[in-house]
Amino acid sequence: MVTTTSPIKAESRDLNFYYSNGHKALKGITMPLYEKRITALIGPSGCGKSTFLRCFNRMHDLYPGNSYEGQIVMHPDNTNILDNGVDPIEVRMRISMVFQKPNPFPKSIYENVAYGLRVRGERNKRAVDDKVEEALKGAALWDEVKNRLHDLAFNLSGGQQQRLCIARALATDPEIMLFDEPTSALDPIATANIEELMSELRNKLTILVVTHNMQQAARVSDYTAYMYLGELIEYDDTDRIFTNPSRKETEDYITGKFG
Amino acid sequence: MTTQVLQKPIDLPISPRLAKNVRRHVLERVIEFILMLAALSAVATTIAIVVILLYESLSFFEHVSIIDFLTDTQWTPLFEDAHYGILPLVSGTLTTSAIALGVAIPLGTIGAIYLSEFASHRTREIVKPILELLVGVPTVVFGYFALLFVTPLLQMIFPELPGFNMLGPGIVMGIMIIPYISSVAEDAMRAVPMSMREGSYAMGATRFQTAVRVVTPAAISGIIAAYILGISRAVGETMVVALAAGQQPNLTFNPMESAATITAYIVQVAMGDLPHGSIGYQSIFAAGLVLMLMTLVFNILGHITRKKFRETY
Repeated sequence: MVTTTSPIKAESRDLNFYYSNGHKALKGITMPLYEKRITALIGPSGCGKSTFLRCFNRMHDLYPGNSYEGQIVMHPDNTNILDNGVDPIEVRMRISMVFQKPNPFPKSIYENVAYGLRVRGERNKRAVDDKVEEALKGAALWDEVKNRLHDLAFNLSGGQQQRLCIARALATDPEIMLFDEPTSALDPIATANIEELMSELRNKLTILVVTHNMQQAARVSDYTAYMYLGELIEYDDTDRIFTNPSRKETEDYITGKFG
Repeated sequence: MTTQVLQKPIDLPISPRLAKNVRRHVLERVIEFILMLAALSAVATTIAIVVILLYESLSFFEHVSIIDFLTDTQWTPLFEDAHYGILPLVSGTLTTSAIALGVAIPLGTIGAIYLSEFASHRTREIVKPILELLVGVPTVVFGYFALLFVTPLLQMIFPELPGFNMLGPGIVMGIMIIPYISSVAEDAMRAVPMSMREGSYAMGATRFQTAVRVVTPAAISGIIAAYILGISRAVGETMVVALAAGQQPNLTFNPMESAATITAYIVQVAMGDLPHGSIGYQSIFAAGLVLMLMTLVFNILGHITRKKFRETY
């Protein structure tokens, strides 16, 4: 079991998820996320790790026919974010997400970062300016873009675009940040930058990251969960998962015998 | 042994699959030629039209000075006291087109946003074919619709509105153009990758915010292309205005008055029995040339705007 002194920030309780075609992609996942810690999800393609991640901000609601069973409870307020009475937009206001491929909007660098504030109705220019600067500094991008904040975001390199997306997600002070294979489209240097950034962000918020790259999970995360065919096989301290896993399946995957 | 394997075998015939196949080669060339002919036919037609317009206009401008043509405020080529000022026809064309676009651009854009971002799959499957059916209605039907239905309706609101006016046909033309604009704009919006929408939703945006602040700017280049198509349709539309806007050239931008457009004048003359070679007959080529140049200018302007807003994602 995970050894931690950190309180639980959110936990899924017996979570099942069905896609619109009836496929049961998650089978009874019960798993806590600890506050201000990085939790990594690993497992072979199709194991449900991205599906699980996307339950946390109700991304599946965008496509008709998907359904959840069970709970994801956020602390300290004990809200079940999968409850029908909970507005998915409220959930996304608290839990932000960084995607696999950088997906900046067709707007300036400034407006990309300000987007979350704008959709929340923030009109005070001074407040937006300050938040944009803070978020860009938080995403280690400020020095590179401070002189061209009004350039189109597409003119940035791939790694810069991904940091811009992190800044965008940071600007609204989320409690949890979801990373869905954030470096799989990036070169090794940009990847190292993002990983370093994630370690820094750990002081501010709770992070859940899906990765295909086991070294990445070992490098950045505090806890690691191994999933296979929609089930949570093992969840433990990252050190233990990679050195002394208790389940045979995990060991086979870690050592490359399978997957 | 290893070096032996690496050595290229000598005298081995090349695979028959790679050998030059004469029959296939000829067939390829024939197909290529047919495809090129098909592409050329459109280009050749355009060139032929431009040449004829220029040639006939040239003899027109031997009789009428270009300055008169561009500055005279009367267009009466068929009268005793003939005036050849194109401005009244241009004003009629621009006024009816502006009304049409005033109707078609907002409604077409809203329709595209609705179909692309809000409508369920089922709704889209029902609404789209109906919209496309609108494209299939002959324009002469729209013309009578403007003359016999919309104008009387407008007369209830504006009793002083004459039976021939630019407002009625302008509005009907706008309705006629909506499906062109909504269809092209919707395609552009649906081509915006889902990842961009997800990015917006993940920030806590609503559907409407996502549609207006992210999807529309991302698709703006295609949306402008839809507007250009709409403008070309409006400027070139003939039947609706010829039937319902009147055929009196009238230098006015007041939609409550009747006026002739360039196209309406061309039909009027082309269907009359003017002798070939007369100035009156040649005047329709000059008018056609102006029409073509107007469309060209709008197209170029649209192209420049599109380039300016072009986004890559």
